[in-house]
Amino acid sequence: MNQTAAPDISQSELAEKLREFIHPEYVISDEETMRPYECDGLSMYCEMPMLVVLPETVAQVQQVMRICHRHHVPVVARGAGTGLSAGAMPHAQGVVLSLAKFNKILSIDPKARSARLQPGVRNLAISEKALQYGMYYGPDPSSQIACTIGGNVAENSGGVHCLKYGLTVHNILSVEMVTVEGDRVTVGSDGLDSCGMDLLALMTGSEGLLGIITEVQVKLLPRPEKAQVVMAGFDSIQNAGDAVGGIIGEGIIPGGLEMMDGFAIAAAEDFAQAGYPREAEALLLCEVDGTAEEVQEHIEQAENLFRKYGATSVRTSQTDHERALLWKGRKSAFPAVGRISPDYYCMDGTIPRRQLAHVLIEMQRMSERYGLRVANVFHAGDGNLHPLILFDANVPGEFERTEQFGGDILKLCVEVGGCITGEHGVGVEKIRQMAVQFDDRELEQFNALKAAFDPEGILNPGKGVPTLRQCQEYRALERQPQNQSEPNKVEA
Amino acid sequence: MADITGRLQEQILAARDEKRKLRIVGGGSKAFMGRQVNADDLHVGEHSGIVEYQPVELVLTARAGTLLTDIEAALAENNQMMSFEPPRFTDKATIGGTLACNQSGPGRPWTSSVRDQVLGTRVINGKGEHLRFGGQVMKNVAGYDVSRLQAGAMGTLGLITEISLKVLPRPAATATLVSELPLVDAIEVMNRRAAEPKPLTGACWLDGKLYLRLSGARSAVDATARQWQGELLEDGDRFWAELRDHTSDFFAGDEPLWRFSVNPTAANPDIKGDWLVDWGGAQRWYRGEAQLSGMEALAVQAGGQVSLFRGGDRSGEVMHRQPAPLKAVQQRLKHAFDPDAIFNPGRLYTWM
Repeated sequence: MNQTAAPDISQSELAEKLREFIHPEYVISDEETMRPYECDGLSMYCEMPMLVVLPETVAQVQQVMRICHRHHVPVVARGAGTGLSAGAMPHAQGVVLSLAKFNKILSIDPKARSARLQPGVRNLAISEKALQYGMYYGPDPSSQIACTIGGNVAENSGGVHCLKYGLTVHNILSVEMVTVEGDRVTVGSDGLDSCGMDLLALMTGSEGLLGIITEVQVKLLPRPEKAQVVMAGFDSIQNAGDAVGGIIGEGIIPGGLEMMDGFAIAAAEDFAQAGYPREAEALLLCEVDGTAEEVQEHIEQAENLFRKYGATSVRTSQTDHERALLWKGRKSAFPAVGRISPDYYCMDGTIPRRQLAHVLIEMQRMSERYGLRVANVFHAGDGNLHPLILFDANVPGEFERTEQFGGDILKLCVEVGGCITGEHGVGVEKIRQMAVQFDDRELEQFNALKAAFDPEGILNPGKGVPTLRQCQEYRALERQPQNQSEPNKVEA
Repeated sequence: MADITGRLQEQILAARDEKRKLRIVGGGSKAFMGRQVNADDLHVGEHSGIVEYQPVELVLTARAGTLLTDIEAALAENNQMMSFEPPRFTDKATIGGTLACNQSGPGRPWTSSVRDQVLGTRVINGKGEHLRFGGQVMKNVAGYDVSRLQAGAMGTLGLITEISLKVLPRPAATATLVSELPLVDAIEVMNRRAAEPKPLTGACWLDGKLYLRLSGARSAVDATARQWQGELLEDGDRFWAELRDHTSDFFAGDEPLWRFSVNPTAANPDIKGDWLVDWGGAQRWYRGEAQLSGMEALAVQAGGQVSLFRGGDRSGEVMHRQPAPLKAVQQRLKHAFDPDAIFNPGRLYTWM
């Protein structure tokens, strides 16, 4: 099932057909110009496509789909290419369908608090445009300066404010999509729900495997009157973890609640000089937003709670400038770690929060076994871990060990009741771990679902959901005796 | 309070072998919804009980037949709630039926829906396989979102056996403001208020009055109540509970009840009769005899969809018609989950 039949058309024939209705410059077939499309944000996974096409109208997208469908040509949709799971990695025999030309904000309706967007609109551009109406778009992934709303829908992107404001799936009203057959349909409406099964939710996070998103209608939120951040340092991860539980137990839902471990604190402080307590083993950033009265009430509660849970330092932002500075350290944690290591690999598991201390201790053990350092930043409010494994791609075998280490972390996440990806998606990267989280019948159900949209499997083949044959191969590999030089594996 | 998964699987497999169809019945509180189904009853109510509840994680997992009242009682002990305020059309309403019918209360635009808060499900498909989708964590993008797909599917894709939900703290304070206002102005005010960064959690117009609910920190609720117009309504909680459960006078009697899910700012459809506007304008209820096709045109004009929620002719279509490509996809999805079309035949559409 979902095995793509080989294309029955050559590169030059396809290019010629596409140039009949798309500007010839936007049908790219030479190697040099196609090169930038060979990978997305996870650059370890590369493939050159057969063709890259940049349509400018939905009618052109429809026509591309009809032709590719007729000739069994795989189609990989691409936004800004900031994804971190190789979801937009090209298919060697396929077309990369870039939505880069669809970059217009079509309309903003401040009364209805919604915006209609072409899929190539950047996430941050929505909030910038909505600012004049005192509004913003909720989900704010770290890549928001570059990533596009179409990609956000494909990945169900989150960000640091998910606990309170939700993921992409909670913040969109409708999408327009082009089906594999080239039909143009709208899923959802201006209302908050539609009749029947929730196809809008199904499309969200489907990683380009079910259709091509050509328009998105998002909800806008009123900008909070006030926001303040409390920063608290702790001398143990356990205390910091307990403090997170304490805040939520108190009935406060912070706008953002982030944790960093000692390694990440030091790296971020060196990089951003945000005033983080360098000696702390764990740092919490707790942002409270709402009306002025509510923020004052909750900030006082949060400060007291952190002290009660043993915080060694507590500091509350007094100005927006100070708030931005405190966030700057967290937001630059990735580049900060990048500065102290030739390469790093960002993982994306989710765990029940109560397992945090256990997971971090286990991760430290693995780190020692693999001989690779790891720094942790954590969306503490919603249990989403981002371990950064530090490695050097120029050392032979080190990337392979990094991948194994990462795979072990994800297995551990599943073992403690979590999952293999919180917000980066499965793509190519985590397709092996799908067999850890799901059994064969579940994967078969996913594949049957996929076939309901795309019977021949031409939309983003090889991503998201493994075939049962692949799973058997992965499991057989797992059962092979360990190489002497390799560390022991944590079995899920 | 028992796990009867094995028995349910056997019943499904027996029906498959004998080429019988099954009508899924939880507490029966939403039997009036959807179309009439001619099939043998498959009772899920006994499959009940809270499986896991970790207040600090804000996650609760319950078997599908668990009564909403039981879940609410367990949550209340920890000062938490299902923020989507699921309607209880009778006290037998279950969490499984709530998700299958995608039912959420008056706070829906601000405090989320059941579909928003579902984190994971276990489902028995038409082959009798017990499958797990999603999980018990808030962020999970592994695999397709089959759990949320169930919202509104009315059991046509399989039997939901277990649901994990995100739950939230109860607000520290609530207040309701009421003011006399014609419908046209009320829609305007609702939307204007919703655009302000204030703790609004309900906006409803009924019988010439606009009701606004504020919930959150005590200081925020009090300050906003002083700033906004309207009189404080005593026993406001009762008003919202009656609205949620359809026990207000507006919902009494046998006259057909139509539900419009539309753009919150849309002008109200121009037909005479009784209207109730909820969800800050995004959900509008109409009482009266009408043809679905005519109502569909009005709904489309208002940027949304319509369904015949209760009463009227339940042998024809009761849901807004689907465009051909989406109809085809849904039929194929149905086949992917329930290849022998065992579950709830015709409950959602005549063609499924």
